[in-house]
Amino acid sequence: MNRTAITEFLAQNELLLRAVGAIAIMSVVLGMANLCVWLERKVSAWIQGRVGPNRTNTPLIAWIPVVGPLLGKLGLVQAAADGGKLLFKEDPVPGHVNKPYYYLAPVCALAPALVVLVMLPFGMLPGGTPLTLCHVDTGFLFMFAVSSLGVYGITLAGWAANSKYPFLGAVRGAAQLISYELALGLSIIPVVLATAAPGVESPLNLTAIVLNQSEVASGMVPAMWHIISHPLSALIFLVAIFAETNRHPFDMPESETDLVGGFHTEYGSFKFGLFFVAEYGHMVIGSALFTLFFLGGWSLSPVADAKLMELLSLNTLFGGYALTVLGLGVFLAKLASLIFFFMWVRWTLPRFRYDQVMDIGWRKLLPLAIANLIFYVVFYGVKAGH
Amino acid sequence: MAVKVIEQKPLTILERTYLPQIVGGLKITARNMLKPSVTLQYPDERPVIPAGYRGVPVLVKDPHGREKCVSCQLCEFVCPPKAIRITPGEIAADSPNAHVEKAPKEFEINMLRCIYCGLCQEVCPEEAIWLQNNYSLAGFSREQLVHNKARLYELGGTLPDSHYKWDKKKADAEAAEHEGHH
Repeated sequence: MNRTAITEFLAQNELLLRAVGAIAIMSVVLGMANLCVWLERKVSAWIQGRVGPNRTNTPLIAWIPVVGPLLGKLGLVQAAADGGKLLFKEDPVPGHVNKPYYYLAPVCALAPALVVLVMLPFGMLPGGTPLTLCHVDTGFLFMFAVSSLGVYGITLAGWAANSKYPFLGAVRGAAQLISYELALGLSIIPVVLATAAPGVESPLNLTAIVLNQSEVASGMVPAMWHIISHPLSALIFLVAIFAETNRHPFDMPESETDLVGGFHTEYGSFKFGLFFVAEYGHMVIGSALFTLFFLGGWSLSPVADAKLMELLSLNTLFGGYALTVLGLGVFLAKLASLIFFFMWVRWTLPRFRYDQVMDIGWRKLLPLAIANLIFYVVFYGVKAGH
Repeated sequence: MAVKVIEQKPLTILERTYLPQIVGGLKITARNMLKPSVTLQYPDERPVIPAGYRGVPVLVKDPHGREKCVSCQLCEFVCPPKAIRITPGEIAADSPNAHVEKAPKEFEINMLRCIYCGLCQEVCPEEAIWLQNNYSLAGFSREQLVHNKARLYELGGTLPDSHYKWDKKKADAEAAEHEGHH
């Protein structure tokens, strides 16, 4: 089969191409979830003056010269061992649970996280095609809508467990999600307003929001990351993302000190593993969204991009693609630092009380988000009037 | 009871946002992250045993290879959990150590009973039983953890002291006998 034949084949089988892409993205993100578990253990160890996992290894990996033992020393094999343990454990179903819902809940928790991934842009091909599986104009609205469905997994798990602690965890999870979703949505609107310039197809689209933060793409001269132009939005969004992903200090649905294990008390083995992966998946998505909204996505810096483009375009062979790869690296680096920040916060702050969580959500963040919105509406209104 | 009421200062606006406190906490944990870990990688690294540590009790020999225990059985009597059992024995007349008169035929310490109190070491007039540095003891059966005489000497080794109490005693006795002739 020659080259044109392959191109033709791919053009005719776009669905196949998308399926392969979906599987690739899924495996990358699930791999990242696994790495997150490793990083979580390492970060907690560093903060607490320990060394963390550094001994686990398996014969096959240990036999690889140099690399094998190094992987073991770094504790990376531990992540595989953790996953394997969850896979091979006995999977008991308690007698008192509501079985259909009990089986459904872990799937409900993980599926939205995976669905959202297909809409995540994580780079740009030469010529301005965003690197994403599914380019939708409703953009992040759809992502928010789907990722919020993740709470159904928690609610179902709590309900199906038929015992009081999981139920309390589930109720808390649902209440918390609703409370913080409001502030989350409102905090993003100023960023959308900033993006909604004439000529922009859809300001809701994540790619448009990213391009707005780069001088080359937006054409605006003082282009800057939204974290600088909309600092309060960024803060509210960050806090809300912590709450949405049920991370410390907002892990109300789990709060193991008062609710045993929260919503997943009755779960074990791989069903628990699915909840676990879903939590880290949501964290990856939350970090990715923050990167796209406020940290300029795959752009290195609002100003440096233009120079980089000049520099790299001299090399005609790799020109565009070098920039794509660089952008991908930049995006992943930002994503990784945010995930690290999530963990850093987790091992620093104690958990809020439930009433404090509600208080922060309804009486602090929501009014603040509304005030922030009004300020920027007036600001952009006046700016447009001139 | 005198109670001193400390008036609580109202929080400033900045403090009420909780953000400076969060930043402060993050700073502390960041500093901790950069510090070296305090973990001792146990089987690879061993802790430094302080002087006077009370580890596994063992029997020792003097630099000439003579077993120091004279089976006086004081340790057996003093042992609170009754972990020590001594079967006293004679030293053969043709042995170079015949002048010491007695040595244990069998010496057993049941490590499943031992409480590492060190009374045996304290009571020993011969400095023959010592609680040394060994702190990790394991076995596959109960029998394995009853240390017999051979095992106790294997663990104990030689005590590098140069008292040679019994040799001096023998030399003194011989000198006295010699003087008595004159």
